[in-house]
Amino acid sequence: MHRILSKETLAPDVVRFWIDAPVVARKRRPGQFVIIRLKEDGERIPLTIADADPSRGAISLIIQGVGKSTFALNAMEPGQAILDVAGPLGLPTKIEPNRVCCIGGGIGAAVVYPIACGVKAAGGHVVVILGARTRDLIILEDDLRAVAHEMVVTTDDGSYGVHGLVTDALKNLVANGHTFDEVVAVGPLPMMRAVCDVTRPLNLRTIVSLNPIMIDGTGMCGGCRVTVGGEQKFVCVDGPEFDGHQVDFGELSARLKAYREQEAIALKRYREMTAPSA
Amino acid sequence: MAKKIGLKTKTPMPCADPQERRHAFSEVALGYTTEMALVEADRCIQCKNRPCVAGCPVEIDIPTFVRQIAEKDFQGAFNTMVSKNVLPAICGRVCPQEEQCEKLCTLGVKFEPVGIGRLERFIADFAAEMKLVDTAERKPPTGHKVAIVGSGPAGLTVAADLAKMGHSVTVFEALHKPGGVLIYGIPEFRLPKAIVEREVNGLKNLGVEIKTNHVIGRCFTIDELFNELGFEAIFIGTGAGLPHFPKIPGINLIGVFSANEYLTRSNLMKAYRFPEYDTPAIHSRNVAVIGGGNTAMDSVRTALRLGADHAYLVYRRTRTEMPARNEEIEHAIEEGVEIMMLAAPTEIFGDPQSRVRLMRCIRMELGEPDASGRRSPVPKPGSEFDLEVDTVVFAVGQGANPLIRSTTPDLPVNKWGNIVAEPSSGATAKRGVFAGGDIVTGGATVISAMGAGRQAARAIDKFLRYPGKDDAKAVASGE
Repeated sequence: MHRILSKETLAPDVVRFWIDAPVVARKRRPGQFVIIRLKEDGERIPLTIADADPSRGAISLIIQGVGKSTFALNAMEPGQAILDVAGPLGLPTKIEPNRVCCIGGGIGAAVVYPIACGVKAAGGHVVVILGARTRDLIILEDDLRAVAHEMVVTTDDGSYGVHGLVTDALKNLVANGHTFDEVVAVGPLPMMRAVCDVTRPLNLRTIVSLNPIMIDGTGMCGGCRVTVGGEQKFVCVDGPEFDGHQVDFGELSARLKAYREQEAIALKRYREMTAPSA
Repeated sequence: MAKKIGLKTKTPMPCADPQERRHAFSEVALGYTTEMALVEADRCIQCKNRPCVAGCPVEIDIPTFVRQIAEKDFQGAFNTMVSKNVLPAICGRVCPQEEQCEKLCTLGVKFEPVGIGRLERFIADFAAEMKLVDTAERKPPTGHKVAIVGSGPAGLTVAADLAKMGHSVTVFEALHKPGGVLIYGIPEFRLPKAIVEREVNGLKNLGVEIKTNHVIGRCFTIDELFNELGFEAIFIGTGAGLPHFPKIPGINLIGVFSANEYLTRSNLMKAYRFPEYDTPAIHSRNVAVIGGGNTAMDSVRTALRLGADHAYLVYRRTRTEMPARNEEIEHAIEEGVEIMMLAAPTEIFGDPQSRVRLMRCIRMELGEPDASGRRSPVPKPGSEFDLEVDTVVFAVGQGANPLIRSTTPDLPVNKWGNIVAEPSSGATAKRGVFAGGDIVTGGATVISAMGAGRQAARAIDKFLRYPGKDDAKAVASGE
């Protein structure tokens, strides 16, 4: 059992938890994730470890509510416990003292933040592009500003920061003479794909972090398989980070929709069960 | 002295009706009543040679436990059983006794062998119902610490044996429930999970500590288990947990699964109880399972129970070459599985949403024998045919899960990633590290993993008591 130590709402439907997980905290490096299960009838879901404090034996998770499990998780309170937490899983980010452009789209900021911290700590130069659809959905702005050597914030609707997409901001930086050794882009699949389309002709190495459906997380079932450079990879043991220019985004996008019908049923049932009584 | 021969055929095992059971996950084989067990135990002629014992990978004293049942000494029969086998309710259900003890039975030469497996299951279930306890004496604590990686049949057997010898044992399991293939691979209707839980709890009563959600290779490496957590010996029983997919177009369409994923959703995560349980299963009308082993049988019978109209088993050789237990094939046919022999998929086609809609197959004929001694299937050109399916499950064998080998560079593995271990002891070239089960042999049976565990436990015990010996292999080979 893993007790929730603290809870903070970062945006509508976006929650940051610190939870008790000493075995995970001790070993965790940026880029890794956990698989959690809320309770006995729950499903196993992967969540990136946003941060870890080994001295406290705690890890932080930033969760966006999208379906039953994440909404149920976000409704939990400090003092309550999550039944199962396994990790740290996946390969850690390869951190080098490079000039890195870290692009976080929406909840992707939570994945990019530890990487940005790592690159800075290694002596690299970190430029952050933080984007979201609208002002309310911008998260971790202060945390990222504290780590970044330079930072641009964008919103699709112009309600905050620069009006435009993260790809517009990236193109601008490049046009204004910024050079990078690599780009790290994490966010919704269409965003990561769009960044790769911009960087491919520039021959600019781009790392993405993939989010397929997972079950065991240890390489045993193949449910999280993706095609990278024409080869089969399992995101849980070969990833979660890959060379974005080699990823078959179309295939991953299709596979993410496998359980749409069941997800809708589960969410509807959850909303009915938790609706306040009339 | 041998008794006179009585009944010439085995007492039949009551089974759930095929038409009813194909929609349910409840157990198919229902077990003997006490009366049936007494009749069956009485068939054993207590022959002088007792060849059955040599056929048992874990060396159960079969003639004794059978005689004790016949004499209604159920506590005695239970003690005899658990002194050699801590998972009798499991073995009694899934062991291929027809290839092992029963194959060598003296009575079986002329007539049907004694139903040893059925009696094993009987005494295990009877003991649980009557709350019988293993009354064997415990050895005093030795103070030695052993880590076991993987709580499948190999790991559980090593754990129980070492605990009985007085050693302090901790089992690390990656998943959230212990049992390995017993909990995620073998379906509920062959091996109820409550039974797995019950037998695993038996181990906890022996003092074994089981830590779930611990992925060795990630939260701790093998070296960290030695250097930071103070374990003196480690047994690796991580199993054949790497699915194989053929290199044909369409394997990443929605609806294509490895048998591991398909069975894990259903068995471990109880997807058959969605939405009461959160993990979903694909809604399948027509399922094709590729393969001919027990895993393929489990998958195709699960497909029926998940509501498929048609569950096809597509196998590239014939029934004779199928590695699955005859009993499982029979049950599958009774339930309405449609078996297509001498066929193999060449391509899978999807609809605009990337969901499987069709599988193209080619017919095969048998040619020269391959490395396994079985005749090789050869495609017949121009014999393609299409099967309208929405789900394809590949149960075509498994490889070695890479997590341990990729984080333990000085642990030798063969070209397929299996750990290299001395066959009679499980000793590897890395000092203090032993291995057994599917991670060494490739996909095999529960009982062969348990047999490997039994041997490894002996070797580990020797290694712990003679730490001065530098070469673990030398110790294990009995120097």
